[in-house]
Amino acid sequence: MKNIIELDQVGMVYETGSGSVEALRDIRLTVREGEFISLVGPSGCGKSTLLRVTAGLRPMTSGSVVVDGVSVTKPIQKVGMVFQSAVLLKWRSILDNVLLPAELAGLNPRKYRDRARELLELVGLGDFTRKSPNELSGGMQQRAALCRALLLDPPLLLMDEPFGALDAMTRDDMNLELLRVWGETGGQEGRKTILFVTHSIPEAVFLADRVVVMSPRPGRIAEIVDVGLPRPRSMETRATPEFGQYTLDIYDTLTGGQAKSDETPRQAIA
Amino acid sequence: MAFLDDAFTKRLWGSVLNSVKRLLIEWFPAILMFIGVLVIWQLAVSTLGIREYLLPSPGSVVDAMLSSEIPWGKHILVTGTAILGAFLIAAVGGILLGTLTAWSNMVGRALMPFLVFVNTLPKVAVAPLFLLWFGYGIFPNMLIGALIGFFPVVINTAVGLSQIDDEMLDLGRVFNAPKWKVFAKIRIPNAYPYILSALKVTATAAVVGAIVGEFVASQSGLGYVIITSQSSLNTPLAFGALVWISILGLALYGAVAALSRVLAPWAEGQEN
Ligand SMILES: Nc1ncnc2c1ncn2[C@@H]1O[C@H](COP(=O)(O)OP(=O)(O)O)[C@@H](O)[C@H]1O
Ligand SMILES: [Mg+2]
Repeated sequence: MKNIIELDQVGMVYETGSGSVEALRDIRLTVREGEFISLVGPSGCGKSTLLRVTAGLRPMTSGSVVVDGVSVTKPIQKVGMVFQSAVLLKWRSILDNVLLPAELAGLNPRKYRDRARELLELVGLGDFTRKSPNELSGGMQQRAALCRALLLDPPLLLMDEPFGALDAMTRDDMNLELLRVWGETGGQEGRKTILFVTHSIPEAVFLADRVVVMSPRPGRIAEIVDVGLPRPRSMETRATPEFGQYTLDIYDTLTGGQAKSDETPRQAIA
Repeated sequence: MAFLDDAFTKRLWGSVLNSVKRLLIEWFPAILMFIGVLVIWQLAVSTLGIREYLLPSPGSVVDAMLSSEIPWGKHILVTGTAILGAFLIAAVGGILLGTLTAWSNMVGRALMPFLVFVNTLPKVAVAPLFLLWFGYGIFPNMLIGALIGFFPVVINTAVGLSQIDDEMLDLGRVFNAPKWKVFAKIRIPNAYPYILSALKVTATAAVVGAIVGEFVASQSGLGYVIITSQSSLNTPLAFGALVWISILGLALYGAVAALSRVLAPWAEGQEN
C-alpha cells in the first residue's frame, strides 16, 4: 500500500515576542494510505503543530513534508480537520455548516446538498439539518463537525482531540461512530487516512493501527506502537488483556518507565 | 380527527396565552413604574399648584403634543430624517472604517490615531463649522449625529472582526479560501453581535446629534420647536417635543434591537 504522508526530519520553531519556542524536532514518520494513526503526548509537546504542519497551515522551519507525493508548502486542499471544539458557525444551520467547505473552496454548494444530508444521516443527525448549532448537544455538534470535515471527501482526516471535551459515555459512542464512518466511507482500500490526537491512551489504542508517542518539548517521537488488535473493534475489545497491555506499555513510555500501580494513566498525562 | 384538531387548537391557544403572560410579566414592572410616575406627576402639579411654565401636567403635555396649531408632522419628519440619516451614515461609515482597519494592519495603524483624534473633538463645538460649510438644512445635522455615533461602530467592528478562534480561521486556511471570502462568510457574521451592540449606542447618539444641530441653527424640526417654545415660555410645547423626540429615539432603538434578534439570535441574552 502506498505512503500518503512522509515526514522527514521535520522541525518547527515558533518565533515569539519573548524568544523562540522549539515545538518539534526531527520528526520522521511515514503513514500508509488508509491507516489510522493516534498521536499521544504531554500537553504542549507539539501535537497540534504537527497536524498543522502536515496540512500546510503552518510552514515547518526544517525538514520536509510530503503528502500524496507532493511536497507541502501551502495548505493542501486534501484534508478535513476536526478540532476539540466543534467550531460550528452559530449563524448557520447545521446543513449550511456542513456545506461551508464547498463554499470556501469555491465550489457550488448546491451540488453538495445531497452528500451533506447523507453524511448527517450517517451520523444520526438527519432530523437536525435545519437546527442551529446551539440547539445541539456537544456530541451532536462534534458529529456535525465530522460531517463538515468529510464533505469534500478528503483522503486525509486530521483530528485534534476531537472528543476531548465530551463526557466519557458520549466519547465512547463517538469512538465507535468514528470507526464505523471510517470503515463505511469508501471500501477497504479507499479508506481515509486519519491522524488522531488524543490525551487518552485507551482511546488512542482503541482507535489506531499505530500509536505515535511523543516526548515533551521539543516534541520528538519517543515510540511508535503497532496495535495488533483485530478489527472491527467493539467495546469488548477494551476488556481484552491485549488492550490493557498496549495501554500500559504506552503509559510506561510516556512516564519514562516510572509506572506505579496506584496511578491511572489518564491523570499522569492530562 | 375532531379530537386531534381540538388538541391542536388547545395547544395553539396555550402557547399564545403563554407568550402574552410572559410579556405581561416581563413588562409589568416597567408599565407600573411608568403609570406611577405619571400619577405622582399629575398629583404633584395639581395639589402643589405648580405653574405650567415651570412644570406642565401630563395632560397638558399630551394636549400640546396633539395640538393642531403646531405642524408636528413636518417637524417629526425633519428630525426623523436627520436622525435616520445620521444613524445610517455612522453605521455604514463605521462598519467600512472598522472593516478596513481589521483588513490590513497597515491601514489600521494609519487610520486609528486619526479616528481617535476626530473622536476626541467636542462635536457640539464643530456644529457651527458644519453650518458654515454645508449651510442650513438637514444635512449638517445628520453629519453631527454621525460624527457623535460613528466611533463605537468602528471600534466594535474592528474588535468583532478580530475576536475569532484561530480554529475558525483554519477552516478557511485549509481550502486556501481568499481573504474576502473569509471576511464575508466567517469574520463579518462573527462580528454581528459586536457591531449591533455598537449600533444601539449609535441610535442614541444620532438623536443627540440631530437635536444639537437643530439647536445651533434651524427653521424646523423638534429641536427648533424646543428653542422657540423657550422664548415664549410655552413649556408644555417643549415637553411635547421632548416626548416626540424620545418616541423617535425609541423607534430607532427598537428597530436596531429587532435587527439584532434577526441577525444574531445566538447572542441574545448574552449581553444586557
Ligand atoms: N502560534 C504559536 N506561536 C508560538 N508558539 C506556539 C504557537 N502554537 C504553539 N506554540 C507553542 O508550541 C508548543 C507546542 O504547541 P502545540 O502544538 O499546541 O502542542 P500540543 O497540541 O501538543 O498541546 C507549545 O509550547 C506552544 O506554546
Ligand atoms: Mg493541542
